[in-house]
Formats: sequence, C-alpha cells, structure tokens
Amino acid sequence: MAAPIDAVGAKSSSQQILVRRIICYVVLTFFAIISLFPFIMLIVNMTKASGDIQKGFSLVPGTYLWKNFKTVVNNSDWKMLNSLKNSLIISGLSAFLSTYFSALTAYAIHVYDFKLRKPMFTFILMIMMVPTQVSALGFVNLMRSFGLLNSFIPLIVPSIAAPATFFFMKQYMESSLPLDIVEAARIDGSGEFRTFNSLILPILKPAIAVQAIFTFVSSWNNYFIPALLLDDKDKRTLPIVIAIIRSADYAKFDMGAVYMAIGISIIPVAIVYLVLSKFIIRGIALGAVKG
Amino acid sequence: MRRKSISYAKWGYIFMLPFIIVFVLFNLIPLVSTFYNSFFETYTDMYGRQLDPEWVGLANYKELFVNKGGELGKYLGNTFILQMLGFIPQIFFSLLFASWFTDLRLKLKTGAYKVIFYLPNVIMAAAMGMLFFTLFSQNGPINSVYQSITGSDSPYMFFNHIWTQRGIISLINFLMWYGNTTIMLMAAINGIDPSLYESAQIDGANPTQTFWKITIPLIRPILLYVLITSLIGGLQMFDVPQIITNGGESVNRTSMTIVMYLNKHLYSKNYGLAGALSLLLFVVAGVLSMIIFFLNRDPDTKKKKKAKGGKR
Repeated sequence: MAAPIDAVGAKSSSQQILVRRIICYVVLTFFAIISLFPFIMLIVNMTKASGDIQKGFSLVPGTYLWKNFKTVVNNSDWKMLNSLKNSLIISGLSAFLSTYFSALTAYAIHVYDFKLRKPMFTFILMIMMVPTQVSALGFVNLMRSFGLLNSFIPLIVPSIAAPATFFFMKQYMESSLPLDIVEAARIDGSGEFRTFNSLILPILKPAIAVQAIFTFVSSWNNYFIPALLLDDKDKRTLPIVIAIIRSADYAKFDMGAVYMAIGISIIPVAIVYLVLSKFIIRGIALGAVKG
Repeated sequence: MRRKSISYAKWGYIFMLPFIIVFVLFNLIPLVSTFYNSFFETYTDMYGRQLDPEWVGLANYKELFVNKGGELGKYLGNTFILQMLGFIPQIFFSLLFASWFTDLRLKLKTGAYKVIFYLPNVIMAAAMGMLFFTLFSQNGPINSVYQSITGSDSPYMFFNHIWTQRGIISLINFLMWYGNTTIMLMAAINGIDPSLYESAQIDGANPTQTFWKITIPLIRPILLYVLITSLIGGLQMFDVPQIITNGGESVNRTSMTIVMYLNKHLYSKNYGLAGALSLLLFVVAGVLSMIIFFLNRDPDTKKKKKAKGGKR
C-alpha cells in the first residue's frame, strides 16, 4: 500500500516526512509518559516509608515494600484482603453471567425470526443509553425489601441484562456467524440449546473474551451502587475501601500504606490488561467499526 | 434462510427470557418506583425510623426546580464544565493521534503507544482520583517541582482553588478516555477506502487537506457516536470528583456534579427529591439518545456507511 504512494509523492518531501515523524514520536512519547507517570509514582512509593514519601518525590525505590504490604493487610479497619476477595467474586461472576446471557440474547435475535424481534432489538438499544444511577433509588429500596442489602446478589445478577454486551455480541455475530451452521446442526439432529452451547459459544470466543474483560473491569471499578448497598465491614469491595482510606484523616496516615492499598487494587488489573492488551485493543476497534 | 427458521420462533423467546426477567426485576421496576417516589415525601420519626411516605404531588419538583433551582443549575453547570474541560482536549488529541497512527506516509510504530494510552482506562476511577490527589497534594511531587521552580516557601493548594480543582478532575477524565477514543477513531479511519487517499495524493492534496476533506467527513458517524456516548458518560460523572472534592463540599461545591447531588439525597434518605432528580437525569439522557437515533437515521449518513462497506 505504502510503496506506490512513496513513488508518487515528490522525492523532496522525504526529509519533510522525517521531520514530521520525529515530531510525532516526541509528542506521543510525552503523552505516554503522562499516562504512565501515576503508575510509576505509585510503584516507587509503594516501596517507601511514609517519612521518605513526604520529603518529596524521587524515582529511587525504598526498602519498605514488604513492611507496607503487611501494614495494609493487617489493618483491621480496611480488611484489604477480604475486600479483594469480595471484588474478585463479584466481578468474576458478573463477567461470566453477563457474557453468557448477553450472547444467548443476541443469538435469539440474530437467529430466530419471531414477532417481537425488531421491537426487542430497538428496545435494548434504547435502554443502553439510560444511566444506571437513574434507577438507583428504586433499586436500593427494592433490594432492601427483598432483604438483599449487604448481599452480593444485587451486584451480580443484574449483569445478566447487559445491553452494551448484548449489542457487541450481536454485531460480532453479524460479521462472523453464518446461519448455515445453525441449519447444519439442526439437520444433524442437535437441539437448539445444545447447538448454542457446544457449537455457537466456541465461535464467539473472541467476542466473549473481550466482553468478559470489559465487564470484569467495570464491575471491579464500580463504586456508586456497592457503596449504597453494602455497609457491613466484611462485605466491602475494593473501591469502597479506597474511598474509606481516602476520607480518613489525612495527616495521621502512613503514606506508604496508602500507596500500597491503591497498588493492591489496581496492579492485578493492570497486569492482566498488559498481558491481554493486543486482544483488548482489537476488541475496542471491533466495537468502533460497527458502532 | 430466515424463512426456514420460522418454526423455531419460540426458541427466540425462550433464549431472551433470562435477559428480560432480570431487566424487568432489577431495572424496570426500580426505574418506575424511583419515579413513583418523586411524588412522595419520606419522613423519619425521632428514632430515625422511616414512616409511611406521604403523597405530595409535584411538591418535590417545585422544591427541586424552584426553591433549589439555583443549586440545581449550579450543579448542572458544573457537570457541563467538567465534561467539556475533559472532552475538548480528548477529541482533539484523539483525532490527532488517530490520524498519525493511520498515516501511510509516516509509518509510525504504534503498538506500544496504543497499549499505554489505553492503560489508564482499566484503572479504577477511585484509585486514579486518589493517586492524583496525592500527586497534587501539599507535599506531593507536583508541589515539590512547583516550589523548586518558583522558589516559593509555601506549597500551592491545588484543591482549594476552583479552576485547579476542576482542571485536575478533567485531566483524570481525559487520561482515562483519550486512549479509548483514539483506538475507536483509528478503527474508523482504517475502514476508509485507501484508494481515496491515494487519489487525493496524486491530485496534490497535503495531509491537512486530506484530513479535513476525506477523513473527517467519512468518520462522521463514529464521531457522533463518540460525542453522544461521552456526553452521557459525562452526565454520569461521579467517582473522580467525589474522591477529589471530598464528597463535593470543597471549594464551595464548584465541582459537584449532578450525580453527586443525587448521591447526597440518597444518603440523606431524601427519596422524594432523589426521585425527581432521577427523572430529570432520565429525561436529559433520553433527549441525548433521541439525538443519536435521529442522526443515525439521517439518510445522508446511511449512504456513506453503505459506500464504505461496499468498497471493502
């Protein structure tokens, strides 16, 4: 693609292109540093004693990593490890339920021809735009009347109805799920439900993986709804603990421990992201082209 | 193909059932009851127990729009300002980077940049807020740089001034979303037929001209999509300002957003007002969504989409 363009473009512009390329790299690198700086600062400060952090920032790591870790983990007010476990359970199950049932719903609309097919599709697209906070009041009241405050159910089960995940799955099916496959399975005598589970799900794997990661991350980071539902110390999720650490009296604080607490809640996600980044970025692009 | 599957129609309903049931139970009923609540006033007795709500008609709306209209206007304004402060640089730099990443003459190596630009998006907003709070705090790194440059003895209190506080909130929102927008716009630009760029180049168009005359018109649908989703996302802004401003109170509530205001009413169990506020939020989001639907139906846009798909 590029070769004929270079041949056409005037030779004198090659120097100009080199200059532009250098400018681009300088600007891009500047933004990369800004994007990375908070994390670098976080990681360095995780290894330092509170006093050293207060003296001012330097990139030289300290030797307090293990000590800070123990301080955070042993703090009985924060219950860091317990909230880590809670967040893992909630986010993991949400990701699973959301992707499975959204795929099933998208499959229903993609494959079957039923009367409410079009209206249903439009309806789901419409509810995609409603902010979650709008129904928060009714949601919390309803959960209270069900006796589900301080339960994980209201944080997990609603992810079955995830319009955004549904939409993504539907778009993916349009591009890579030919209906002939379903026909062939029927001729072979496979039941509809079995066809979905054993034949369709494997085809959807890339889309499911991308959406599972997105759902996991947004559930992991969710603060608004859990903060309204959970007040039991043992049920807190990570964002709630972060908010508690933040809102407590700042001066009394062990800064090293604060950075450690933030690190514990974001570094696992960052690592998973870096490992799977190729996949994730392709997924965002997929959503954009169809969006 | 479709015709053959007619006899399987019931499976369509069966497979949709879990989604519908959960939606009705956890979204629709709460939504309706939220709006229903807006016509009641909730009282608590002297022991803090909740008494039966009392029907007050439109009194909550009057309270919200008339008696507290100034406050409401202020928070709507804050939300808008914070949103724009983040969105304008976001769309500017995302467009710039997306066009660089896809420029065939520049041939940049982009892999690592894409990964790094998107990284802040996976980090929890609460943690981002807290990191930046420490970064800009009295004895944080930014202040030590500030003091060594200006030679000032006292640190600059970033969180005690309206515009530095707003600026930091918007900076965080910018950092969290510019990577996502860059990748989306990049995908859109990659979908444009390369021969258009080739012929433009043969005709002697410079990069600025091809950007404005080819790239922008052809990615218009995605640009609109980004615009509307960002507007709705901005309307929901909560975590970052909540952490940065200590629940919204700092510097005269100049960074309190509309959802933070809602959150405040929910915590103080002022359910009537919270309900009225929710309805307002719903209407605003609804109007924004109508705009996107309207724009998607624009025949002009549709034609372009088709042409794009046809040539690939």
